[in-house]
Amino acid sequence: MSSAAAVHTLWLREMKRFQRNRSRLIGSMALPLLFLLVLGTGYGRYFSYRGNISYMEYIGPGIVGMSLLFSSMLGGISVLWDRQFGFLKEILVAPVNRTAIMAGKTLGTATTALIRGLVFLIALIATGLVKFDPLGIMIALVFMFLISTAFVSVGIAVAARMTDPHGFQLIMNFLTMPVFFLSGALFPLDGVPNWLMIIAHLNPLTYGVDGMRYALGGPHEFSPLVDFVVLVIFWVVTTLVGALLFRKMSV
Amino acid sequence: MPFLQGGSASAIITLKELTKKFGEFVALDNLSLEIEKGELFGLLGPNGAGKTTLISILSTILAPSTGTASVCGHDARREEDSVRRCIGIVFQDPSLDDELTGEENLDFHGRLYGLDSKTRLSRINEVLGLVDLDDRRKDLIRNYSGGMRRRLEIARGLMHRPNVLFLDEPTLGLDPQTRRRIWHYITNLKNSFGMTIILTTHYMDEADQLCSRIAIIDRGRIVAMDSPEGLKESLGGDLLELATNNPKPEFLQSVREQEDVKRISTQDGKVKLTVRNGESLIPRILQTAQSFAVEISSVSLRKPNLEDVFIKLTGREIRDEVITEPKERIRIFMRTRRR
Repeated sequence: MSSAAAVHTLWLREMKRFQRNRSRLIGSMALPLLFLLVLGTGYGRYFSYRGNISYMEYIGPGIVGMSLLFSSMLGGISVLWDRQFGFLKEILVAPVNRTAIMAGKTLGTATTALIRGLVFLIALIATGLVKFDPLGIMIALVFMFLISTAFVSVGIAVAARMTDPHGFQLIMNFLTMPVFFLSGALFPLDGVPNWLMIIAHLNPLTYGVDGMRYALGGPHEFSPLVDFVVLVIFWVVTTLVGALLFRKMSV
Repeated sequence: MPFLQGGSASAIITLKELTKKFGEFVALDNLSLEIEKGELFGLLGPNGAGKTTLISILSTILAPSTGTASVCGHDARREEDSVRRCIGIVFQDPSLDDELTGEENLDFHGRLYGLDSKTRLSRINEVLGLVDLDDRRKDLIRNYSGGMRRRLEIARGLMHRPNVLFLDEPTLGLDPQTRRRIWHYITNLKNSFGMTIILTTHYMDEADQLCSRIAIIDRGRIVAMDSPEGLKESLGGDLLELATNNPKPEFLQSVREQEDVKRISTQDGKVKLTVRNGESLIPRILQTAQSFAVEISSVSLRKPNLEDVFIKLTGREIRDEVITEPKERIRIFMRTRRR
């Protein structure tokens, strides 16, 4: 069968599963929402930054990035459940190229992450925390797509090397928390100590969130072109590594 | 190689000196064998004998260490896609997506095998009818019983009309009624599609009932290969058992000299005989016992089964190894929990 049809088949399956599982959708959105509301109101009183932007307005795109990061990285776990429940075998003995399987799985999981991110974005627009600007939203979507597919690939790459879903969850929490906190998602980077500055500059999420801030009319640190190029490089690397490890995975 | 008959044109599966090692452990030891088109071929052996490893190699999941395996004329290692297209598999462990409905699982399979939407729909109807799951097609798999899941997996394996169907322990952990029902479907398949079916099992009765030819596998080797009748015939007769608490040597000697007695052995106060014409032999033996003043408390005569063949060939009972491994317990648990 053609690889495109295989990608579509795998994508469709993720959509069906997502549709059936409302609790997972709501559950995964609770933490980012908590961050937005609690940090936004709690710290908001002490926040002053370029112009008179409120803290909630500032972290809005960061929270969208958080939602994308968490649901994308943890999405790799579906590979492990598929192996645990034997469904992976069904896929791997089909006359389908493994890279197409990986691509379908990545796109499917990334789509579910994007839907969550989009729900946040719409909520931010509806509450006036983000201005409604169709072009800006289109650009933000490009960044959101790059963030989610790249981090799904990271999740799948780790999952391909593991067998235990619980261990995977632990490792993912261990990875996602620093990536989230050490990015520019929650605070502006100018004026932070050097060590944090260096880590944040090495963190791909920093560029993703910065690109989204630019697109959504917020204060940003880098040129959007820099954000875009760095993310594309990260995207290419993670996709290649993910595909490679997935190909090597045994059932 | 004792079982290799030379390249037959009608062979659909050919193994040549196939060996699979996992580190030091030899899972398959120099297997050579041919399976003819249209056969219902059984691989019988205890757990850990290498049956699933062999199926995994034939279905391109594992690569052999040395030797070759060809399926439908394609090398299982070098022409994976051609092999995959011509086979269907029902795995030993469950392999359905239980968050999808029965119909959706089949549709997914049809898409993966490149069937267009019209063909998918007609095949889904066809195979669901075949395993009597038409009325449950819209139900999520998580609401299916163990037997229903098994039937759906068999249906799925048929969706793309494979030339060869592998059934790896198709009735493991199922209740007797469901097992019989699945046997019925399997026989049906063979009769109506003329499909080649390779079935692995450690249930003797299953192999005996279904298969036209059986290879008995033990510790990665084929120890015997024949029709079920041929295998049982190879024991040389029926099995006669006498219970006595006083098996005098002179009595045993006299029994051994009877014309129809092929073999004799004693074990825990029981005298075990392999005999011909058992029905007419019993009175003669009882007479002999009386003349030696040996008291016989019970007599049983039965046709040999494949278990007896296995014991004779390996010196062990096949059941010794059943459900001792934790993995096996989990497997049965997974299969039965939703029954």
